[in-house]
Amino acid sequence: MTRYVIEDRERMTFSVDRETLVSPDVLEREHRAIFETCWIYVGHGSEVAHPGDFKSRLVAGRPIILCRDRQNAVRCFLNTCRHRGALVCTEREGTTRYFTCRYHGWTYDTDGSLHNVPGEDAYGANFDRAGLGLVPAPRLEAYRDFYFLNLDPNAVALDTYLAGAKEYIDLVVEQSPSGQLEVIAGAQEYDIRANWKLLVENSVDDYHLPTTHTTWLNYMRSAGVTTRPPRDSGLLLPTKGAGKDLGNGHLTTDNPNFRGRPVAAWISIYGEDAKEDIAAIRRELVARLGEARAARVADTNRNLVIFPNVVINDGSSVTVRTFFPKSPDHMQVTAWAMGPVEETPAQRARRLDAFLTFYGPGGFATPDDVAALELVQRGLANTRDVRWSDVSRGMNRGPDEQLNTDEGHLRVFWRRWSALMERAP
Amino acid sequence: MSIAVTRAEVEDLFYREAALLDAWQIEAWLELLTEDAGYYVPPNDKPDADHRTTLFTIADNNARLRERVKRIMDPSCHAEYPHSRTRRFISNVRVTATEGDRIRVAANFMVHRFRRDSDMRVFVGEYRYTLRREHGTLKIAERRAVLDAEELGTLGAVSFIL
Repeated sequence: MTRYVIEDRERMTFSVDRETLVSPDVLEREHRAIFETCWIYVGHGSEVAHPGDFKSRLVAGRPIILCRDRQNAVRCFLNTCRHRGALVCTEREGTTRYFTCRYHGWTYDTDGSLHNVPGEDAYGANFDRAGLGLVPAPRLEAYRDFYFLNLDPNAVALDTYLAGAKEYIDLVVEQSPSGQLEVIAGAQEYDIRANWKLLVENSVDDYHLPTTHTTWLNYMRSAGVTTRPPRDSGLLLPTKGAGKDLGNGHLTTDNPNFRGRPVAAWISIYGEDAKEDIAAIRRELVARLGEARAARVADTNRNLVIFPNVVINDGSSVTVRTFFPKSPDHMQVTAWAMGPVEETPAQRARRLDAFLTFYGPGGFATPDDVAALELVQRGLANTRDVRWSDVSRGMNRGPDEQLNTDEGHLRVFWRRWSALMERAP
Repeated sequence: MSIAVTRAEVEDLFYREAALLDAWQIEAWLELLTEDAGYYVPPNDKPDADHRTTLFTIADNNARLRERVKRIMDPSCHAEYPHSRTRRFISNVRVTATEGDRIRVAANFMVHRFRRDSDMRVFVGEYRYTLRREHGTLKIAERRAVLDAEELGTLGAVSFIL
């Protein structure tokens, strides 16, 4: 087995073979070793809020249907007719009683059971009607309404898999007085001509912020938000954050907030009118959670990676983004905004506005991330002759002292990735 | 009834705007806009939505639009440095409504975008503008670029002024 990741703690080196970012063989193996063994994010319960609601999407290269059946259970089916294989759901989203195959007209209930077969009398007595329902994803489990599928029926429970990531999901969900978030309408679906793992790194790499996002920092400064690191602090950011290992390949940044949060830290961009409203959100948090926990929720930011490919950015707004490889040098990203269900129209509008200050394909920062990752991918055409990437930043500090601008949390991802790839048959 | 605007006048405005944007004369382009003009690109899956309830690709009030202009003219804006080469084609221009001093117009657009070592990207859609006269001059009070693509997909990011 090829060693793609080489770590030497004594010499403080951590090298990643760039073949992992360009090779079709590696991608083929990733499908088996990672996407078919790990819990993969499918969607949020709020996206199928009522019986009959459905979304169709691609997850790990598989067309699937996420829906809520008439008994109010969230279901996930492989989107393929049992007769000849055609998609049975072609619309992006909607509400329905049945999924109908457009080829020969087989219909399925929202619980997956086969409802109608045109001309059923032409089949023999052994026609297995009950056994010909839509095939569900081998496993579907949820944590706080975030639904994940697993293509491996023998996988550990999602709750076990998520390990330390649960605590950080909790911090996001606790922004809602009722503990309920919802996905807001409007999906951002865009491609990046780069290997999918580069977006894992980029999502939690705070080292790049001062260089890649100069124009965003200028924008914040121009709006009166403090972005200068404390003098002589040795820091690259105005605050000292941490990069953390959450177990099972999950990782997060955990940073004191400096850039405003809809729940609940006011900055000038929100406007004077919003000051009292933000203070009221803050009072509700404190009353519900106590001073310390409220501060934890409202005064820290996190960019959380749940291995392998879902990121929850809980910063100037809340985003969930997931991405899948189309080829070694091409990924497809989908990002959504989320907010507490009880937000007022003004709070919701403020949240969406804050989202666009940084995130998304038209934001003030994300397009520069896309550009950076595409520059990496273009440079990787030299892989045969320049074989290794350096991911050693911060190794001169202990594992519990890793800053958000170090690469300790990136190493968490690569160690897990490497272990799964080596373990696979 | 007096005619608020002719199609020729609206076409002149669209063509002048396209020429300025393609030439990256962005500050001059800002002069075509009213002081309170906003700029919107709705999400591909919800083209008719409201930016206060739906996540847009771009929803700039005038202050942020001016910050966006600063950003894309700054060489530190990696997504647009060096600047993309663009060429816009505007057609099917029509005046769709007049409400008081507000004139609603629409046009089809096709924006070709070129970057070194990169595939040509073609952004196709409809402009929906609100125009207003200021001292007799027709100005853009709101510009909305509604994309036809089902998702941004291979169009990638919208880092220039669409």
